[in-house]
Amino acid sequence: MGKESMEYDVVIVGGGPSGLATAIKLKQLDSELNVCLLEKASEIGAHILSGNVFETRALDELLPNWKELNSPIKTKVSKEKFLFLGKTKSLSWPTWLLPKVQQNHNNYIISLANLCRWLAEQAEALGVEIFPGFPASEILYNEDGSVKGVATQDMGIDKEGNQKDSFEPGIELLGKVTVFAEGCRGHLGKQLIEKFSLSKNKNPQQYGIGFKEIWEIEEKNHEEGMVMHTAGWPLDNSTYGGSFMYHAENKQVFLGYVIGLDYKNPYLSPYDEFQRFKTHPAIRKIISGGKRISYGARALIEGGLQSLPKMHMPGALLVGCDAGTLNMPKIKGSHTAMKSGMIAAETIIENIKENKDLSIYEEKFKNSWVYKELHAARNVKPSFSWGLILGIIFTGIDQILFRGKLPFTLRHKHADHETLKPASEMKKIDYPKYDNVITFDKTSSVYLTGTNHTDNQPVHLKLKDPNLPISYTLEKFDEPAQRYCPAGVYEVQRENDINKFVINSQNCIHCKTCDIKEPSQNITWVTPEGGGGPKYGNM
Amino acid sequence: MKILVAVKRVIDYNVQIRIKEDGSGIVTDNVKMSTNPPDDNAIEEAVKIKEAGKATEVVAVTVGEEKAQETVRKALAVGADRGIHVKADGIIEPLAVSKILQKIVDKEKPDLVFMGKQAIDDDCNQTGQMLSSLLDWPQATFASKIDVKDGKLEVVREIDEGLETIEIATPAIVTCDLRLNEPRYASLPNIMKAKKKPIEQLNASDLGVDVAPKIQQIKVEEPPKRKAGIKVSSVAELVQKLKNEAKVI
Repeated sequence: MGKESMEYDVVIVGGGPSGLATAIKLKQLDSELNVCLLEKASEIGAHILSGNVFETRALDELLPNWKELNSPIKTKVSKEKFLFLGKTKSLSWPTWLLPKVQQNHNNYIISLANLCRWLAEQAEALGVEIFPGFPASEILYNEDGSVKGVATQDMGIDKEGNQKDSFEPGIELLGKVTVFAEGCRGHLGKQLIEKFSLSKNKNPQQYGIGFKEIWEIEEKNHEEGMVMHTAGWPLDNSTYGGSFMYHAENKQVFLGYVIGLDYKNPYLSPYDEFQRFKTHPAIRKIISGGKRISYGARALIEGGLQSLPKMHMPGALLVGCDAGTLNMPKIKGSHTAMKSGMIAAETIIENIKENKDLSIYEEKFKNSWVYKELHAARNVKPSFSWGLILGIIFTGIDQILFRGKLPFTLRHKHADHETLKPASEMKKIDYPKYDNVITFDKTSSVYLTGTNHTDNQPVHLKLKDPNLPISYTLEKFDEPAQRYCPAGVYEVQRENDINKFVINSQNCIHCKTCDIKEPSQNITWVTPEGGGGPKYGNM
Repeated sequence: MKILVAVKRVIDYNVQIRIKEDGSGIVTDNVKMSTNPPDDNAIEEAVKIKEAGKATEVVAVTVGEEKAQETVRKALAVGADRGIHVKADGIIEPLAVSKILQKIVDKEKPDLVFMGKQAIDDDCNQTGQMLSSLLDWPQATFASKIDVKDGKLEVVREIDEGLETIEIATPAIVTCDLRLNEPRYASLPNIMKAKKKPIEQLNASDLGVDVAPKIQQIKVEEPPKRKAGIKVSSVAELVQKLKNEAKVI
């Protein structure tokens, strides 16, 4: 039996900054358009996790009066620091010596989740229909191969795939144009990139995993508006990553760590690197006496322009980090994501009204400031494949002396799943025990995310070959899923001398790291039942 | 037959509750809110009874701040016919809620009033019982099975010793247990339709009910943290520790 269908002018998949900016811009350009937006989280913002130091450039263009609309953008950056960490020492780098892209004095410390909640209110006021709790699980195609829309997930299916009493079939949402705005490693975006060969002649995409905790700290340690980044310890010279600490309102600090998923040692545990990082004297002294109130993690795009796929295809557009518009040296993607959505909206209007092909998106994108930004930023991340020290030296030359205008482009050579070395060639890493004061185990961290998936539903982390984790990945890489997953979803359990690969999918916080880093690409993340996943507050 | 179902907006059951630093209450800013879970069972049962042809109308009512309306909207999306939102801010105690519901019952004249057995935020488990007393109607609390018979209800109750089956005359109050049924999902087309269903807006003060709290909340604090356990090496050591340290045997 066919699914029920609903027709819209534009269907948007994903309620993050890019999807919401697309929706708002569309309704501003033509209030008559029927626009709907699907979000897999139980409410807008509940799956959003970001630093975030926000550059208002795109928002200034989208909603110039945002200051009068009670937006949650309040804390202006007042002070900046950049530290190089040694094991116990730290060296402060003068901010005037930082590349311009890393200076933040005109930016704001915000919670991106709260910004999205507010953007959703603006969108709804303009007449956008927003449906939280409805993951788009499938792409629908016309006979000519163009994208016709998406189908939402069936609800009420049991573990074995049978319909429960509460079964509710999914709906087909058909749009003249469908916009995919799922964020980094969107599971439909991934299929579109493959099907339409959108990454042809591009470098493999590069990813990182970002952790974030919110701490309420003692007043004497809190400096509202302060932005601090670090590089160095606990990572070695060959692993790309660093930390952020943003002093927000209400004595809170947003503390986080990003590690490039091109790391080589299968014994590396990004989660434990982050926990260990907090024990550095320069960090510990700030959070001591404070209380951790939130935890979360999410993969992010680091590939930049070299890896940015084509963003248009018949019937659909990719926006934001579903394609990969994050500016890595700036450590910001919200403003570029929003702008890419706004350009998408302009493209769609011309497509619907003047019958212009969606490929005009490319030209519009090239002429925008997003492209200029990404072009200037393009050589930073690849230079770090030579190690931290050479990367910094090169970045200094590229960003300070040449302002990103060097006449060549460095390449990303490998996809992140190809970079792991066999466990036998690498050193085991001995991580310190958690003290339950500054550092915590994964279980108590996951508890803070509020994540849940209704039990008795199909596992949403699919193995192409169910035997591979034990027969190959355990043997060769000591099954790194046990360590790269920030939520403890994957375990190797030993029962009667037989190893068993266990997937605790109810713990999943939708970060997509497994889908990216699994060395044989054996794990595919698909949408669970609607509303499942974390319940982030002001992340 | 008309069924009135009372629903409450509470912090979502998955969210980790956080206490305000000054101990004055719970942090609710930017926290995911949902319908109180057993209230979902109450709505589901009412809709099922209507679908079985034994009721003609299901009316959902809530008492609370502006956003509590979302809870009524959700009830409309799973099958309630219309909604009532009685606006009141701050902590509304069970007595005030039951007095408001009494006024709504006077106005709507339902044959049955359903609600969850208790709300997961304050865990009071009082509103149904108080309403029963105010209206002088029979009550069936902790219902895990409801059979509508002519002018009567047969209700299976979840009690400490097991299950109890009672029969009560209507009109009546029923408070619902989580075991009563499996609430359905709101489908997308039904959410759309629910946006068009009417919700009547009232103010608690218009109903002449004083909602000022009668109980003064002095302090909210977290339960004490459990101490980490230890491993003992022998039964003898365990017995010795239970005797001399824990002093329980």
